[in-house]
Amino acid sequence: MSDSGEAQPVVMGSRRGMFGASGGGDTSGYGGLVAPVLFPAAAVRPYGGYYDEVADHLARALVGGAASYAEAIEAVVIDRGEMTVFVARDHLVGVARALRDDPLLRFEMCSVSGVHYPQETGRELHAVYHLLSITNSGRRIRLEVTCPDDDRHIPSVVEVYPGNDWHERETWDMFGIEFDGHPGLTRILMPDDWPGHPQRKDYPLGGIPVEYKGATVPPPDQRRSYS
Amino acid sequence: MGIEEKVPAGFLLTTVEYVAGYARMHSVWPATFGLACCAIEMMAVGTPDYDLSRFGMERFSATPRQADLMVVAGRVSQKMAPVLRQVYDQMPEPKWVISMGVCASSGGMFNNYAIVQGVDHIVPVDVYLPGCPPRPEMLLNAIITLHEQIQNTPLGVNRVAAAHAAEAAALAATPTHEMKGLLA
Amino acid sequence: MTEQTRDINATSVADADGAHIYDTVGGDWDAIVDEASSLHEERIVVNMGPQHPSSHGVLRMILELDGESVTEAKAGVGYLHTGIEKSMEYRTWTQGVTFCTRMDYLTPLFNETAYCLAVEKLLGITDQIPERASIIRVLLMELNRVASHLVALATGGMEMGATTIMTIGFRERERILAIFEMITGLRMNHAYIRPGGVAQDLPPGAIDKVHDAIPLIRRGIGELERLLNANPLVKGRMVNVGYLDLTGCLALGVTGPMLRTTGLPHDLRKSDPYCGYENYEFDVPVRDTCDAYGRMRVRFDEMYESLKIAEQAADKLPKTPGPVMVEDKKIAWPAQLAIGTDGMGNSLDHIREIMGTSMESLIHHFKLVTEGFRVPPGQAYASVESPKGELGVHVVSDGGTRPYRAHFREPSFNNLQSFSALCEGGQLGDVVVAVASIDPVMGGVDR
Repeated sequence: MSDSGEAQPVVMGSRRGMFGASGGGDTSGYGGLVAPVLFPAAAVRPYGGYYDEVADHLARALVGGAASYAEAIEAVVIDRGEMTVFVARDHLVGVARALRDDPLLRFEMCSVSGVHYPQETGRELHAVYHLLSITNSGRRIRLEVTCPDDDRHIPSVVEVYPGNDWHERETWDMFGIEFDGHPGLTRILMPDDWPGHPQRKDYPLGGIPVEYKGATVPPPDQRRSYS
Repeated sequence: MGIEEKVPAGFLLTTVEYVAGYARMHSVWPATFGLACCAIEMMAVGTPDYDLSRFGMERFSATPRQADLMVVAGRVSQKMAPVLRQVYDQMPEPKWVISMGVCASSGGMFNNYAIVQGVDHIVPVDVYLPGCPPRPEMLLNAIITLHEQIQNTPLGVNRVAAAHAAEAAALAATPTHEMKGLLA
Repeated sequence: MTEQTRDINATSVADADGAHIYDTVGGDWDAIVDEASSLHEERIVVNMGPQHPSSHGVLRMILELDGESVTEAKAGVGYLHTGIEKSMEYRTWTQGVTFCTRMDYLTPLFNETAYCLAVEKLLGITDQIPERASIIRVLLMELNRVASHLVALATGGMEMGATTIMTIGFRERERILAIFEMITGLRMNHAYIRPGGVAQDLPPGAIDKVHDAIPLIRRGIGELERLLNANPLVKGRMVNVGYLDLTGCLALGVTGPMLRTTGLPHDLRKSDPYCGYENYEFDVPVRDTCDAYGRMRVRFDEMYESLKIAEQAADKLPKTPGPVMVEDKKIAWPAQLAIGTDGMGNSLDHIREIMGTSMESLIHHFKLVTEGFRVPPGQAYASVESPKGELGVHVVSDGGTRPYRAHFREPSFNNLQSFSALCEGGQLGDVVVAVASIDPVMGGVDR
């Protein structure tokens, strides 16, 4: 993700045109605009705030474990005052355990959700963990773990954070990310025999056109949209 | 007032339909089927500020076996739909359904994979009540409308005739897409 | 021919070694022993199904019962899943408020505020939100906290069978709903707090209404307290029921009144203040009994604290004139609304301005309402202390006019995981009390 020297912003896709309507009729020329969607680049030290401390403590806590800080942590992004740590999925449980057990980190609360970036081939599904430390005056950190669409496995952190149980079930239900080691990965929000994973971007919204007197309003995903 | 004045005092002439309707409309017991936000407004109708008790309806019957009216209050998800149908089937006749709120009437603002777009896909509805959520007074209006419907329910031969008439009217009605509205 | 007779006086209790002790009055000894030993392996799986007066919403509780004791308890959720998060991906950022407000329908203003704080973080305008807007947000949120706790206690009482609690609780809640209706236009699901501030300023007379209502609400809460706090029935049903100590709460990620009943004074309004909460004087009530009774007392104390904050906010408002929307005209919601002959709509002054005097206003109004504002790409997380616990919103933007992903970390979803821990080993009647003390709102659980 980051190259030697200055880190580049991550390209998460591109945006065509400016007004959304495509296929003729727009003579302004704005329809030919192609702009990349740029997500924040990996940050370089110093991070600012308490984030340097957290990174140092995490590096220290991971020493002697299964993976070192350099192996487990792919990148750190500091954006809008928040720290996002990209963790390699094989070392997720070790990092989570270090974050929970080390007294200077002590992140007690954890919840996971998924995001689907279909344009980011090889790293389509992201599982985002938000952690809160009550002991250490409300510090927050975000872990992000990616997995490709054809290998949707991420180790489960339920053994470290039992409260993540239903969150992982919801992420499986909505995105199809299988959490290895989860005590009971079943559907939680949709009926048990529902096919597909609704919150993925390739799953349709599923609305129906609404009939009014003399006209029909199409469902929200088929209406005119602004890109 | 013709025959009643000629007959000795103490006789009242009426029809079976009227008496049955009168009895039924004043003793409706709603089944608790509150699902989401509309359920809170339905509970508010049962409280002293809006008082459902003046209609004799404050006794929400949790068991469908003793309920007359199912107020589907809230959005019905795909997972809840079979439960809804099962509860409706467990209610004995005569039974009525008010679909309270836009989510129950038509899917409301949630036009997506998870919500049944109107409970009339599952159960026959007598009164549709729009609103998001409808005010308690609106629910009372819907209940009063339903009471009027119950009072005027035909029975026996009249009921069969009314059903035929309703079917004929529905077959002859203009479809929605041929009507003229504000959007056309 | 052996006759199986059920001796209604025989009860069975397992002692420490697992052997069953039979306690009976009358009946034939051999018959009792035979019947009891053949039946004691029988466990019934009972479904306290999604439609139930005491299941606090559409919650399905699958209980394995051994007589009256619950040996295994599982919660089945998802009966109210509405796909709100996915629907928000097809609406603009401002329209997203109308969706997220219907998640936890008892605390709509908290949902809105959390979402708007996250969007404002993404926009980078958190310090440009006018102070008046923040004070209005705090006022409405605290009144909503009182309303939510009132419903929690009212429905908890009703589920236990005490209907008067419900009528009194809802009566006080009506006072708050009248205030909401005056300020936002709706009793519930307001869509009043928008990214950038609030939709419009307070109408005249709103502050007086708040000042008049608060002493009445305080008196009503006092009435509820007198009915509940020392009531031997309430104590018998709630003390030592639904026990979850600090270890359990932290393991399960439980926040809110449940966590504060274990002795930990964790409140996001104090530890991570937002919307100017550091300028208000209030305490964080804490108990250390870890049971349902403690949670009820914590909720009562929180209601008094919330009324204190609401009074402070209402006092600050006349001293803080100014706009209620952010200055940046590319983000601020343009219209001022007014009641006309056909209901609520754009005020005539606003229409005169955009149609008559200012072309830019017209263009801005059009673009903001149809297209919405654009949010630079990235992700942000914002959280508020809702009456149920920590309500967090994770928004991802891809630079467009719609959320790329909006995920809500709902406290009820998280807290309801403790259902098994609270109910297993207890009695069937305690299940109802335990669930009422968690206070899950299924709209938030299922979203």
